[in-house]
Amino acid sequence: MNRLFGLGTRGVLVVVPAVFIAAFFLYPIATILWRGLGGGGGETFLDLAASSRQRDIAWFTIWQAIASTLLTLAVGIPAASAVARLSARRRRLVRALVTVPFVLPTVVVAGAFTEVFAVAGLDDGAFRLRHTVWAILIAHVFFNYAVVVRAVGSYWAALDQRMEEAARVLGANSWQTFREVTLPRLQPAVTSAAAIVFLFSFTSFGLVLILGGPRRATIETEIYRQAITRLNLEAAAALAALQLLAVLALVILSTRLERRRPIVGRGARSSCRTAAPTWRWGNLIIGLVLLGGPIGVLVERSFSTGGGYGLDHYEALGERARQLPAPATTALWNSVVFAVAATALAVLVGLLASLVVVHGRSGVARIFDLGFTLPLGTSAVTIGFGMLIALDEPPLDLRTNWWIIPIAHALVGVPFVVRTMVPVLRSIDPALHEAAAVLGASPARARREIDVPIGMRGLLLGAGFAFAVSLGEFGATSFLPRRPENLTAPIALFRLLTTPGDLLRGQAMALSVVLMVLVATAVLMIESGRRGDEGVL
Amino acid sequence: MMLALRGVEVRFGDVRAVTDTDLDLAAGELLALLGPSGCGKSTLLRAIAGLEPLVTGTISLDGDDITAAAPEARPFGLMFQDHVLFPHRDVGRNVEFGLRMNAVAPAARRERVGELLELVGLAGYERRAVTTLSGGEAQRVALARALAPAPRVLLLDEPLGSLDRHLRDRLIGELPGVLEATGTAAIHVTHDHDEAFALGDRVGVMHDGRLHQTDPPAEVWAAPRSLVVARILGHTNVIEGPTGIEVWRTDAAVIDPAGDVEATVDRVHFRGVDHDVRLCTADGGGLRFVLPAAPAVGSSVRLRIDPERVIRFD
Amino acid sequence: MKKTLMVLLAFVLFASACGDDDSVESELSDGGSVTLMTHDSFAVSDAVLEAFTDETGISVELLQSGDVGVMVSEAILTRDMPLADVMFGIDNTFLQRGLDAELFEVYESRNLDGVFPDLRIDNQHRVTPIDFGDVCVNYWIDALPEGAEAPTTLEDLTDPIYANQFVVMSPESSSPGLAFLLATINGTDDWEPYWADLVANGVSVTAGWSDAYYGEFTAGGGNRSIVVSYASSPPAEVIFADPPVDTAPTGVLLDSCFRQIEFAGILAGTEHRAEAQALIDFMLTPTFQEDVPLNMFVFPALEAAALPAEFAEFAEIANDPQTIEPAVIEANRDAWVDRWVEIVLG
Repeated sequence: MNRLFGLGTRGVLVVVPAVFIAAFFLYPIATILWRGLGGGGGETFLDLAASSRQRDIAWFTIWQAIASTLLTLAVGIPAASAVARLSARRRRLVRALVTVPFVLPTVVVAGAFTEVFAVAGLDDGAFRLRHTVWAILIAHVFFNYAVVVRAVGSYWAALDQRMEEAARVLGANSWQTFREVTLPRLQPAVTSAAAIVFLFSFTSFGLVLILGGPRRATIETEIYRQAITRLNLEAAAALAALQLLAVLALVILSTRLERRRPIVGRGARSSCRTAAPTWRWGNLIIGLVLLGGPIGVLVERSFSTGGGYGLDHYEALGERARQLPAPATTALWNSVVFAVAATALAVLVGLLASLVVVHGRSGVARIFDLGFTLPLGTSAVTIGFGMLIALDEPPLDLRTNWWIIPIAHALVGVPFVVRTMVPVLRSIDPALHEAAAVLGASPARARREIDVPIGMRGLLLGAGFAFAVSLGEFGATSFLPRRPENLTAPIALFRLLTTPGDLLRGQAMALSVVLMVLVATAVLMIESGRRGDEGVL
Repeated sequence: MMLALRGVEVRFGDVRAVTDTDLDLAAGELLALLGPSGCGKSTLLRAIAGLEPLVTGTISLDGDDITAAAPEARPFGLMFQDHVLFPHRDVGRNVEFGLRMNAVAPAARRERVGELLELVGLAGYERRAVTTLSGGEAQRVALARALAPAPRVLLLDEPLGSLDRHLRDRLIGELPGVLEATGTAAIHVTHDHDEAFALGDRVGVMHDGRLHQTDPPAEVWAAPRSLVVARILGHTNVIEGPTGIEVWRTDAAVIDPAGDVEATVDRVHFRGVDHDVRLCTADGGGLRFVLPAAPAVGSSVRLRIDPERVIRFD
Repeated sequence: MKKTLMVLLAFVLFASACGDDDSVESELSDGGSVTLMTHDSFAVSDAVLEAFTDETGISVELLQSGDVGVMVSEAILTRDMPLADVMFGIDNTFLQRGLDAELFEVYESRNLDGVFPDLRIDNQHRVTPIDFGDVCVNYWIDALPEGAEAPTTLEDLTDPIYANQFVVMSPESSSPGLAFLLATINGTDDWEPYWADLVANGVSVTAGWSDAYYGEFTAGGGNRSIVVSYASSPPAEVIFADPPVDTAPTGVLLDSCFRQIEFAGILAGTEHRAEAQALIDFMLTPTFQEDVPLNMFVFPALEAAALPAEFAEFAEIANDPQTIEPAVIEANRDAWVDRWVEIVLG
């Protein structure tokens, strides 16, 4: 970094993201943990470790997250390979479409899955999926498919495909080629995606409760149970600390893996025009069925009115339902504004943090790498309650400030930005900087001419994620006290589903379809808005 | 014939990249495929390697049809213009790759890797990271890697294109020897006719996805079968006469005050033994000849054209 | 860098714009303002709160979050630095927790006399009853098993004729789920074997109300015809029917109801005591009370409040609902739930 950035820039680079994460994540988390554990907290922690129920829960949480990650990779990597071979436009389209599940509240998804299981005859009998761990795993694949397809697919598209051809001609079959040549080069992107999927599955809440059935408990649901149902803050804090430790261990492991090999040989042009054999589409089929099933159910329901099919539910979104403090359209608008603000924050902080992670001194870089991934693996209760009790005094009395919502959303978005940016920035050949320097570019100029356009790809990808995450965020938002005029779409959706009546349910379905269309369009716009998507890499 | 292509066609969407192409290659033969970029020569090579599916046509090896065989099932080697070494493996493990895929025992692999690195002049480079190699070294490693599994045919896709002239000349000199030492037949794709003539036992000329002519270098040079081929070979002196089209080879002219052709000297490039001279005729046409002595730029000269060195098309 | 700066600039402008908004709002009212903390289920017609402001000059700011449990936990966590002046929505299953944490200041509303006497369970007047609702077993009339009459008692639900027909929510994660457990604790001879019988009869358990009602119950296309819901669910089924219907498709098993009472209370440490009192008084006026049923699908606490037509026609109020004192609930809840988990989830 010394070479690349001047002293002043270096200061801004480190201070802005550090202040953000310290004020809005570390401080609140420390406060809530201290509140729960301070004074005899150690004992609570030991009790926790001694309890066989808690050990079972911890074990289940970890293994289901690992299984979800492996399953998502197994389904997502072939799809990523297909996506990598698509033309730039189609690739962007697929990338936007797979983000759709991100914005769907778990209660809606779970309902859709329940219906799909019923239609497929999997709700009972020998192949029962309902209330099994399989239902949880499948739903986790549904949500996280996008992470693998987007992150790995985009990285893959930039890999020199002739490397694989060289291997084939040397006698490697397709599987050997993938294992020996492709996977090692994809590893940074795969590790990054796997870390995100793991953390998402590790802290998943609604899906575990609804699809897994009331018997399943994870650390996340247990934190909720202890903090809300039992008001046992000590136990909740001990669990939160345990969760944090587990996440910390995992993130350290994954960043190690990601750093282990410098990635070279990227950036070369890929083979000119390769005929896309039809079988590649086969790689997308599992994903399309998996995503298409539940989404199809939602769409069908949104158009289904008492007398057949129509737009009635969509038209009703403009009027205020009695259960909502504002019309659903207002909630949609709020959500978009929150998402724009959260994305701007996440991009700003994430970009600076990524630069520090890649170019910073190794100690600082490592701390940043960890610090900016942790929020993804922290329970919504911990973040929400932490903010509530920590940010209660000026200058940070933000508890009821409008900004608390986009800030909370950005906390979840930042890890996406960092985890998509870092592999891309790392892949930039240092020779490019040297080349630019020789051509007379100052370090700052070199950065602007090289890192910015190349990094833009990762940044836009991360921004797309951050936007989608914010648009669909439910957990932390529901724990933050909001003014009614700040109603978000996922909260409105949830509210519509708490009173009986087909009209309300139809509206909820219409609202979720609008949310899906909105996120797909927004992601498409974000990711095609700039140069440097395909041209540079 | 060892390798035989019949009626081969490769398409990208509606574009026929290679069409209606027959090709034969004998054991130990080195065939140079010459053509401008985009003519389909690389595609043809990739089709032979099994990397592009054929729309129609067959490829056979020793009489066995291998049209549908997977790339890994064909006993061919392939070298790219910019070597495409695996960045995550060192030199030794790059060269070893094909052997491992063919389940050669570790001890035998080590021995063979040493042998090949020695052959390409890089003995002892096994543990070097490929990122530390110079362009020439990387290309030699790529050659060793391609040769390691002892392919029947080595497919070379402009492997010298990225090298400097000195290195290129050296490798052009060495390549036939290496191929001979290993008894490997080869198809060498290039857009440089000097390279094609220097390397090829035969030269195939491709244009617009078709193989227009395949003959020994001297024959192709002396008797291009069509104007298109002539142009690809570097013949630029195309004259439309009353009896048809004539192509004056660059070695066809001598300066002779009694010559029929009058032209003004436009530019002269000194090339060592001879001169590359460009001239303008009175009607504005350009001519280019290789002459032993350089006339002064701007002077007017008369040229005599040797009819033996004129190619005629009707 | 230029782009980064622009984003930063946009951020700052955005922040200041929003900041302005807030300050303008809070300075507008002459009669002061009061902040009402409530859960996400709170809903009221715009005109009603406007009426309050017109009448008293006091503006009401709402703060909503999560469900009752989340709201109470938040209030307890922020007790030293309260977020609001008044809390609405704490119910009798969570009440004792709030009382134990000394969340509320004593205030006896001048309108309390008009409230049903049964609902006035806090003699110290720390909280004021505002509405009530009954958590009851509902059934889809046309989907009941062939030859089966509608169930009329809790014991009926263990009858094999209703095998695999009943879906309930876990009291660990669901407020109506907890209410129904309390109903069985009070309403059966011995609740533990009763639940064992329900399990034997194929009762299904979900985590929350939505996935029971819309996932497994007939209403969402599920194949179970009996569900734990609310006494106000049948009118909702009529009001939000599509296409419109004349009669409710669901019925209520009145013998199974547990009464949930929602209270409002002045949060300790408020600086707007007078405004807070005015708001609580207002919540017991017919203006507010008559607005409650169609917005929150609960019943007004005020005896004199008129019920909307749909409620009068389709909603039934249990004559003799199950109730348990908040202190007893608080003392036993964890043990009961743990025992329930053992029996039902094994």
